[in-house]
Amino acid sequence: MKFFRSSSNQTASPEVARKLSRRSSGMGEISRLLNSQEGLCVLDMGATSANNIRVFTGQGHKNYSEDLLRSSLDPMLRIQDIAGNSVVDSKKFLDENLTYPNAHFDVVLCWNLPDYMEESLVKPTIDRLWSVMKPGGLLLAFFHTRDAGPDSTCYRYHVTGTDILEMQEVKFAPPGRPTSEKQSPRLQRVFNNRHIENLFRDFASIKFFLARDAIREVLVVR
Amino acid sequence: MDAPKTGDGANIGKSVVIKGEVSGSEDLYVDGNVEGSIELRNHSLTVGPNGSVKANVTAKSVVVQGKLDGSVTASDRVELRKSAVVTGDVTTQRIAIEEGAFLKGKIDIQKETGKAAAPSS
Repeated sequence: MKFFRSSSNQTASPEVARKLSRRSSGMGEISRLLNSQEGLCVLDMGATSANNIRVFTGQGHKNYSEDLLRSSLDPMLRIQDIAGNSVVDSKKFLDENLTYPNAHFDVVLCWNLPDYMEESLVKPTIDRLWSVMKPGGLLLAFFHTRDAGPDSTCYRYHVTGTDILEMQEVKFAPPGRPTSEKQSPRLQRVFNNRHIENLFRDFASIKFFLARDAIREVLVVR
Repeated sequence: MDAPKTGDGANIGKSVVIKGEVSGSEDLYVDGNVEGSIELRNHSLTVGPNGSVKANVTAKSVVVQGKLDGSVTASDRVELRKSAVVTGDVTTQRIAIEEGAFLKGKIDIQKETGKAAAPSS
């Protein structure tokens, strides 16, 4: 696993700049499930997307929106660890986020969250997701390959077709700074395949899709 | 809906703090602080840019520009402006969300009941 330097002092409203689109095999599989049933519970862990809400609720599903990256940047969550480093308190974080009943979600869209989230939160968050997902539920996550650098653009994703995603750059302004100083969150690390498999070891199965844009799509079955 | 004109409905200014149940039969604009519950069955609620509402809300339509913490039930529509920060479940027929709005919670779109289904023969 390759780590990049921390960028924890960020918060506030996401901004949008460039828009690109990509084909997503993982989203294609999720769409097949969404199109075959009604009334599924879908958790979207990216920035609030009117587009995604329209798509999922239009198909008769219940949409849950929870922007965990933004929530993790709350300065009130920061504590000092034994070595005196400033870290996010994962217990407090999970007391305030992802508080759902067990076996609640059929689909979880994790997007690129694990790559941008602080290290102390990644495993506890995945463990919590295991609890709140139904057995057989699907989780989609994107991981950068080792070709990606720390300045790789952080995107949010809008579902625009069965397997087409529109990508929009996310930027945050550091606390107390004007919005003109917004910057993209920094990639925290790059997971290799073995680390990803370990991260999801409690899940039933995992499937990798390698894309051309230095991204591995991972579709996990709970 | 932005700041209301005189006579358009009730207005809770930004220096006003209310704790308790708020109910009424006219539109309400909240730019202050309300904690408790808000019920405006056939009218609209607007939470202004300075508004902070910690309450379960029931109204015909709800527009949020400020902060709203609580569940929202709107029989017609919900509109979240770009500065909106909403934590809670939203149940409505239609929803519009501007770029930059923050929502943490469930969105349940209730389809219009309309005419009763024809009885089967």
